[in-house]
Amino acid sequence: MPAVSKGDGMRGLAVFISDIRNCKSKEAEIKRINKELANIRSKFKGDKALDGYSKKKYVCKLLFIFLLGHDIDFGHMEAVNLLSSNKYTEKQIGYLFISVLVNSNSELIRLINNAIKNDLSSRNPTFMCLALHCIANVGSREMAEAFASEIPRILVAGDTMDSVKQSAALCLLRLYKTSPDLVLMGEWTSRVVHLLNDQHMGVVTAAISLITCLSQKNPDEFKTCVSLAVSRLSRIVSSASTDLQDYTYYFVPAPWLSCKLLRLLQCYPPPEDGAVKGRLVECLETILNKAQEPPKSKKVQHSNAKNAILFEAISLIIHYDSEPNLLVRACNQLGQFLQHRETNLRYLALESMCTLASSEFSHEAVKTHIETVINALKTERDVSVRQRAADLLYAMCDRSNAKQIVAEMLSYLETADYSIREEMVLKVAILAEKYAVDYSWYVDTILNLIRIAGDYVSEEVWYRVIQIVINRDDVQGYAAKTVFEALQAPACHENMVKVGGYILGEFGNLIAGDPRSSPLVQFNLLHSKFHLCSVPTRALLLSAYIKFINLFPETKATIQEVLRCDSQIRNSDVELQQRAVEYLKLSSIASTDVLATVLEEMPPFPERESSILAKLKKKKGPGAVSVAELEDSKREGGELNGGSDRGPDTAAMAASNASTPSPSADLLGIRSTAPVGAAPTSAGSLLVDVFSETGPAAPTAAVNDDGFLRFVCKNNGVLFENQLLQIGIKSEYRQNLGRMYLFYGNKTSVQFACFTTTVSSPGELQSHILPVFQLQLNVQTKPVEPLVEGGAQIQQVLNIECLTDFSDAPLLNIKFRYGGALQNLTLKLPVTINKFFQPTEMASHDFFQRWKQLSQPQQEAQKIFKANHSMDTEVLKAKLLGLGMALLDNVDPNPENYVCAGVIQTKSQQVGCLLRLEPNAQAQMYRLTLRCSKDSVSRRLCELLAQQF
Amino acid sequence: MQFMLLFSRQGKLRLQKWYVPLSDKEKKKITRELVQTVLARKPKMCSFLEWRDLKIVYKRYASLYFCCAIEDQDNELITLEIIHRYVELLDKYFGSVCELDIIFNFEKAYFILDEFLLGGEAQETSKKNVLKAIEQADLLQEVRHGTNPIH
Repeated sequence: MPAVSKGDGMRGLAVFISDIRNCKSKEAEIKRINKELANIRSKFKGDKALDGYSKKKYVCKLLFIFLLGHDIDFGHMEAVNLLSSNKYTEKQIGYLFISVLVNSNSELIRLINNAIKNDLSSRNPTFMCLALHCIANVGSREMAEAFASEIPRILVAGDTMDSVKQSAALCLLRLYKTSPDLVLMGEWTSRVVHLLNDQHMGVVTAAISLITCLSQKNPDEFKTCVSLAVSRLSRIVSSASTDLQDYTYYFVPAPWLSCKLLRLLQCYPPPEDGAVKGRLVECLETILNKAQEPPKSKKVQHSNAKNAILFEAISLIIHYDSEPNLLVRACNQLGQFLQHRETNLRYLALESMCTLASSEFSHEAVKTHIETVINALKTERDVSVRQRAADLLYAMCDRSNAKQIVAEMLSYLETADYSIREEMVLKVAILAEKYAVDYSWYVDTILNLIRIAGDYVSEEVWYRVIQIVINRDDVQGYAAKTVFEALQAPACHENMVKVGGYILGEFGNLIAGDPRSSPLVQFNLLHSKFHLCSVPTRALLLSAYIKFINLFPETKATIQEVLRCDSQIRNSDVELQQRAVEYLKLSSIASTDVLATVLEEMPPFPERESSILAKLKKKKGPGAVSVAELEDSKREGGELNGGSDRGPDTAAMAASNASTPSPSADLLGIRSTAPVGAAPTSAGSLLVDVFSETGPAAPTAAVNDDGFLRFVCKNNGVLFENQLLQIGIKSEYRQNLGRMYLFYGNKTSVQFACFTTTVSSPGELQSHILPVFQLQLNVQTKPVEPLVEGGAQIQQVLNIECLTDFSDAPLLNIKFRYGGALQNLTLKLPVTINKFFQPTEMASHDFFQRWKQLSQPQQEAQKIFKANHSMDTEVLKAKLLGLGMALLDNVDPNPENYVCAGVIQTKSQQVGCLLRLEPNAQAQMYRLTLRCSKDSVSRRLCELLAQQF
Repeated sequence: MQFMLLFSRQGKLRLQKWYVPLSDKEKKKITRELVQTVLARKPKMCSFLEWRDLKIVYKRYASLYFCCAIEDQDNELITLEIIHRYVELLDKYFGSVCELDIIFNFEKAYFILDEFLLGGEAQETSKKNVLKAIEQADLLQEVRHGTNPIH
């Protein structure tokens, strides 16, 4: 084609670019650029008015300098001037500069908007397109405000040129993505949907992107698009490769449009209308058939375009998950690709098969490819392909092939790329647990994991193996023996020492009969590792030693000697020193009985979702966890037989259990002043010692509401206390479910009689929260008695399910007789809506995008209030974390501010919530803003939180 | 599509197009990271990789890398062909395009891209139609600067 005017008239620009390219050094380049910038500045400031051509040239130079990576802080006004030029190239360069350089907050937007308005009404299609491109490129809220109502009209008007329609459709899409509240399709909806029938393929190609996005948000309003999309698709699929002229790409008819049509259909369930569905199934079959035909061209573009459609069709088949025949065919097709010579196809086949593996119809078919996938894991040269293979092995794993898959993954770990080791470790740990039939296999697997990739074994993983061993009697002896053997290795990973210390401290007695692992041998083995370990591990080992003193009195002298030596009892680390001192004292003062009680074996852990799974999900990033996966994890919970889990905070709980016999004994005391999850979980806090129980007691709750409010940001602590009674709470929440343990402590020396408690929900709540209360006391671990002896404590468990959002808390009424007098007490139970938060991590732009999406006035609640507590950063962070949302760093441009995001899980719906807290230290004030997808939630959270800071 | 980058084997950025609002600082960071990642990959490796929560699709043409970031549900293969079609458009317009054409006529490269992709979505996939639009625009230019094209 004639290169009419490339660089036309802008010789100066070409010279400048040449100069820059000839610069020998970065310094020379910067010097040349500064010279040019000075020149341009003086031209712009000069008295002589510049003609349009010069302006265009200089603006273009500035653009070039900016694209080289330098900052440009002037020239915007000149660019805006160019917009109103009647010369096309000048206008075009002006728009380009603005699209690239003006950020969406610029004050110039108003001037720009004026110019755009003029071009939009010019009826010159080329100018209109330029203006629309600019809107689509900038896509700011200001532009949405100015043009969101105008563009739909242009899009559907009968006299609009096709090219303008195309630009208008995608322009609208961009505005909808930034400001969905401003783009109201309303009356235009049906005409927009009918663009799918437009005879111009380009118009359909552009419009369908808009329709897909709108359908995702408003599926009902756009559902007529399904049948239109099916018939369009069917026409394309059945057309000969020449029918569509220039829309045929390397013998494939309209590949982009086909993919977009298949993508649109994935916004909907299978069509209900039998005829439509039949036609669609026919299309999908044709696409699958075509994959088997010989290629019409050897060019990679031909096969890529063809396979792009095929993969999109397979996505749709998987999305429907209702046509066993198609699912199996899809699986077979992907199976062929697994061995294809194109790396790209192997990669995509592995990826796509991962989703197929979760369908009940195709799971078995996927499994038949196991050998190929294992081979891929071993031989693929590209790490991203190997990672896909590992993902697929994980997805296709079930009871029948778990041992093989876990073994392969373990052996792969030895040489795996560092970038994917941690994830691999988590996956192995999960599979080993999920499909463990015999737990000795599980223990072996995890210890192997530590041996092979100890550095990548996170706390969650080694906590978990300990939990499982503790919960399962049948594996304890085996675990002790295996870990003892593993510790024999001259160099073993510190995580192995941790697991070893813990397990031998609990169950070392089970192997002590063998002289080769006698108590002293065990102790010496552990102690030989002691000096090489970090402080937290050493702290754990000290606790193991005190447990040894209880398990094996014959080791007492040796251990006491170790504790007594200066390196322990005068250790510069406070934690170690304290443990050494206290354990030494405990072992010398306490009677055997006391020692046995204090150091009793750990009680089983309560059932919970695997935190390893949670960690894997977190690693995968927000949004990556499908509902199916969550469901899956619930199922897993059930399969764990006795397996259970502690969240990061329960380390402390486990620890105090280690030193006190009753699982509830520590609850009234008080480590709970730190919000859950805020404390760093070092292993040092794992085996908390009995002595530190004497920490400061939480303030008592004289006023019921006061106690209530203290629990908004924390889950554990003392709810109420008077001269007679202390009520402690420990609660845990997951999804829309919660469990609350209430501990009633009789502070007197006299028995309470007729002790009864009732939980009632105030009016509104009754219909929302359904507490499945076990109203009698002593339902779980404690004996059932309406009598609470003096000094005794009893426990009650409440199971809570949140059905929909609520404001009022349930009430707890307690009645009992104390020395003949009837005591009656009503407390507000600290069940607040924020307890059902799931934290949501998101990046800055996601946050602000969602923030903008929630911009209806009623969705926002705001309060400005005086600080009632410390404004210290750490304190605030701890509170916000305790609230249950994710605290997002690097999101708010002002580092003083805090922003959080979370989703409230109720049975009926999920409520997305965003929070922003702006402290003003000088004025000792806060501004708190909440935006939630449900307005009542915004208000309630705002009320609750305004009293927390 | 969230963005498209063109860079040379030496890591010099030749064209950048962003379809999501990001700060300049963030854009620079992303560019730096991605250029590094892609240049470090060996020739026969797969054209797709996971990066943060995005999928990267890239392909090398002579000395230039074309690199697109797409979202999870987007189609990798069709994106690869988006890149190819864009290369074809440049090739047809410049007549056997080379890196220098894009350096000296960067504004044209942007105009062509805008005709082909808008807001990160394919606007017009027909080569003829895209080039027709660009030609028409070229014809609108003033006749008085009839200088030779610079390559």
